[in-house]
Order: sequence, then structure tokens, then C-alpha cells
Amino acid sequence: MSTTEEPRSRAAEEDPPGAAGPASGPRRRRLRRQGVLLPYGMVLPAAVLELLIHIIPMILGIYIAFTSLTQLTIRNWTSAPFVGVENFVRGLDPSGALGSDLFQSLFRTAVYTALVVGLSWVLGMAAAVSLNTKFRGRGVLRTLFLVPYALPVYVAAIIWAFMFNHRDGMINRLLVQDLGLLDDRPFWLIGENAFWVLVVVSVWRLWPFAFLMLLAALQSIPEDMYEAAAIDGASTWKRFTGITMPMVRPANAVVLLVMGLWTFNEFNIPFLLFGDTSPDSARLISPLIYEHSFVNWNFGLGAAMSVLLLVALIIASAVYVRMVLPKGSSND
Amino acid sequence: MTETPGFRWFRRITLTVLTVFTVMPLYVLVVTSVKPLENVRGLFTWVPDRITFQPYVDMWSTIPLARYLTNSLIVTITATILALIVAVLAAYPLARLRFRGKRLFSMTVLSTQMFPGILFLLPLFLMFVQGEELLGIQLTGSYFGLIITYLTFALPFSIWMLAGYFQAIPEGLEEAAMIDGTSRIGALVRIILPVARPGILAVAVFAFITAWGEVLFASVLTDTETRTLSIGLKLYTSQTDTLWNELLAASLTISLPVIVAFMLVQRHLVSGLSAGAVK
Repeated sequence: MSTTEEPRSRAAEEDPPGAAGPASGPRRRRLRRQGVLLPYGMVLPAAVLELLIHIIPMILGIYIAFTSLTQLTIRNWTSAPFVGVENFVRGLDPSGALGSDLFQSLFRTAVYTALVVGLSWVLGMAAAVSLNTKFRGRGVLRTLFLVPYALPVYVAAIIWAFMFNHRDGMINRLLVQDLGLLDDRPFWLIGENAFWVLVVVSVWRLWPFAFLMLLAALQSIPEDMYEAAAIDGASTWKRFTGITMPMVRPANAVVLLVMGLWTFNEFNIPFLLFGDTSPDSARLISPLIYEHSFVNWNFGLGAAMSVLLLVALIIASAVYVRMVLPKGSSND
Repeated sequence: MTETPGFRWFRRITLTVLTVFTVMPLYVLVVTSVKPLENVRGLFTWVPDRITFQPYVDMWSTIPLARYLTNSLIVTITATILALIVAVLAAYPLARLRFRGKRLFSMTVLSTQMFPGILFLLPLFLMFVQGEELLGIQLTGSYFGLIITYLTFALPFSIWMLAGYFQAIPEGLEEAAMIDGTSRIGALVRIILPVARPGILAVAVFAFITAWGEVLFASVLTDTETRTLSIGLKLYTSQTDTLWNELLAASLTISLPVIVAFMLVQRHLVSGLSAGAVK
């Protein structure tokens, strides 16, 4: 945390908030005045792009959620009929088919997120603790563990889709022929098993990120803290819970939030494994919205569901930031 | 740190399990890419019946792989370069200057990172269609539309990371140059950028990987001419069959440069992400 305080306090010394301007000589004052517009000019390209590609489409998306935009009206979408909250009522009614699908999918996505983030964190932490010690082959393993994360996501999905292939895949060879655990080759990419395939592939892709970030956090813990604890007779487990965990808390908070958001919004892996339509057992929220929009051509409904998803994410993140993030780093 | 026998066992088991988990798919990737087609069909074999590099030859003619590769390179490299320029410009005032709306700007940019892509896929597509009619520039199915989209995707994290790097550079460096009469921008280009080179390189690789691996928007914003690798590779699958050996040979070929680049800069990537994280 010391890195956060340093630049801020330096800036504060130079430019006390109460004073009308810096009192540090006419030259500097002139430089400051010339530069009043400079920051705005410099952030302008980024601001325009964010506005065009992120903010305006999001507002437009909210508008579309209140229209009945379908493939019939898409060519002339500005005149799609305004239907008020109909999409929300139809899409969110838990007793209707659409609404119950949606809530099941949200629940499934929450379970999926908890599993994937939890497992990725445990694997990443175990690897980081192991590789934060000195032994032969450490550098090789460190590099190897990062490969799944560096691999383009579609390549990762292609490999796993082949491995889980019913007829030609490695997994069925291993389970049926080599280990004899099963008598018949199961189908993995359809039916109930698809959910677990999704979890495995997602963890394979994500855990190296947790490892990378947690290892960096562990390396910043001073060695002598552990040595002092060891002299006091603390066990390995005690040192982990008493020193490691509190010290990586700030890093942890960010890693879990980022991984949680990525995983909850996951679209690529199910889309690449299952195509346009996910099996029922594995239908996450983003693919569900895609299906309503681009398979059933009901854009208004898809947009209404996206708005709901966004609201849910904002609330969840706000609660998380309040509860978990350390007070000093979330705001000033 | 003293290592107890218990810890050594924990480390041994953890690393063995994770190595197997990581290597298995990579082994399948490599071994399948050098198998003849008849060896890929039917029961999976751990060792190829015979090793052939024919898939690496045939993959270019089965689908227009070279064109998809070119498309991906054009889109990704252009988006990366532009993202770097825009991000450097935006990150510098965030790290160094005081201005009204700074906090609003940085919070807005960062929060766009958490929007689900699916939320603005359709609106963006509709805006592009509308923009084509108004401006007469082709945005859907063209490089241009994909480039500005990917460029914007890379911005939040790039700005965040670069601002962290810039903050870590002592302010005296550019102030000295400015007192000698150099402008802010001059000081940024001549003093700050060279010092921040490792960080900039890491951000470039991050932006490259983001664009190189994108699937969702590529599936909607490209056509047969401008299709990128993430969509083009699907064509190894026909109605009835998939040419797994060629598909995996192509996958390995296009992954290697990204993996190497990532490995070279990963240290800087981590320091940048964590510098941004505690800001």
C-alpha cells in the first residue's frame, strides 16, 4: 500500500488543496496556466472512443429494451415500435417460460462463477505458495503454468472440444480404455455433463491468472516476517493464515473481483464449445441473451435481459467493493 | 523460509497435479497436429501411428488460412498501435496533471471494463449500420469497424496500467526538461516514454492478446473477406466431420508467437496490473 500513498502525498505537498494556486514561482505558474486545456486535449481521443463504442451503445441498448425490435424491423430499427416495459414483464416473469429460463440461467451462472473462481483461486494460490520457494525447475514450471492463459481462448476451447469428443477424444480413451472407470463412452458436450466440461475448461484457462497475480503479491512480502514467525515456532499453516493471507488481502480483493466479473459474463468458452445453442445444463446468462437476440431474433427481449444483467453486476460489484476492498484503496 | 517435510509434500503434490492438468491438453495439441488423418479418427492414440507434417502443409489449402491470418494481423496490429497512442495520451494526465473531471473520467473508463460484451454487441452493430448510411464509410464487414472496436476494448486496462507506470517515474525528470523550455508533450515523448518502455511493451502485448483472441464481435462484424482467425478456424469443421489434425496444426501455429510474446513481457504485465490495482 505504500506505493499508493507516495505519489499522492507528494502532489499534496506541492499543491495544497486550500490554496488558490501553487505558490512556487512565476515560471511554474505560467506553465500551469498554459496547460489548463492540455489534460482535456490529451484524454479527448480516449473519451470519444469510450463514448462511441461503450457508453452510447449501452444507452441505445437500454432504449432497445423498451422496443419490440425483431428481424422484421431490424433494417429500419429506429422505427421499431415502442412497447414500454413489456419485454421486462415477459422476460422477468418467474412463472412464464422465458422468465423461469432466465432465473435458472442466472442461478446456474452464479454457481458456475463460484466454482470457477473458487477453484482457480485455490489452484493459483497453491501454485504461487509452492513456486515462491527456491528449488530446481522453478522457472520452467512458472512459464509452463502461464501457457493456458497466454493461449488464445478459441485455441483452448478447440483443444478441449477435441479432448471431450465422444468418439475420438482423449478423455473417453483415458476413462474407458486406460483406467476402466466407465463401461460406455459418455457424451460430454451435450446433456448433463456439459456443465462440468464448461467448469473444467474455464478453470484451465483462468487459474494461471490467479497464480500470476498472487505470486506477484507473495513476492512483495518481506522474507524476515516469515523468519521471525518461524523463530517463534509458528507452523507452516500458521504462517500461511497469520502472515500470507493478511498480506495478500489487497491483491486478493482485486483478483477475485476481476475474475468474478469475467466469469459471470463468460461467453467465449460456451460459444466455442457448444455453438449457437448451449445444452440446457450449461446455458449461462450471456449465451442465453445471445440466443434470444441472434438465434430467435428477439432483440428487444435480449436487450431487456442485458439491462437486468448489468444492473445485477453493478449492485453486486458495489456491495463487494464496500465490503471487501480495503478502505484506503477504494477511494480517497 | 524454512521448509518442513509437510510443506515439501504439499509442494510436490500441488506441482505434479497442476503440471499434468496443464500439459495434457498441450500434449494433445502437439501430438494430434502431427498425426495423419486416419490416425485422428476413431480411438484416440497417445502416440501417433506415424509422424507426419502434412497437416502443416494441407492446412493452408483446406481453408483460406493465409487470408484469415493476414486479416487478424492487420486488425490486431493496427488496433494495438492506435490503442497505445490513445492510452499513453490519456494515462499521462491521469498520472501527472490535475484537472476537473479526472476522477469521473477514470471511473467511467474503468467501469466499462465490467460491461458484458453481449450488452452492447447489438446496439454497436446497429450504430455501425446507421453510420454507414450517414457517413458512407463501411463499418460492418470492414477492418475499420473491427479496429475501432478492439482498440476501445483494450483501452481501460491499458490506461490503468500506463497511469500506474507513469506515476512510478520520478516527477523531477520531466520538470527539469520543462524548465529547460521543453513542452509537456515534448517531455512526455522524449523523457517519459523511453523510461516507461518495458511497461509500454507489456501494454502492447496485452492489447494484442485482447484483439487476437476476440470472438464475439468478430462473429458479427466480419464477412467472408474480412473474417479473422477466431472465426475462420471453424471452417475446418464441415457438416459431417472435423479435420482435427489440420485444425490443431493451425491452432498451434497461430498460438506460438502470442505465447512467446506473452512470456517475454509477463513480468511487466504483472507489475503494471498491480500498480494500477492499488492506485
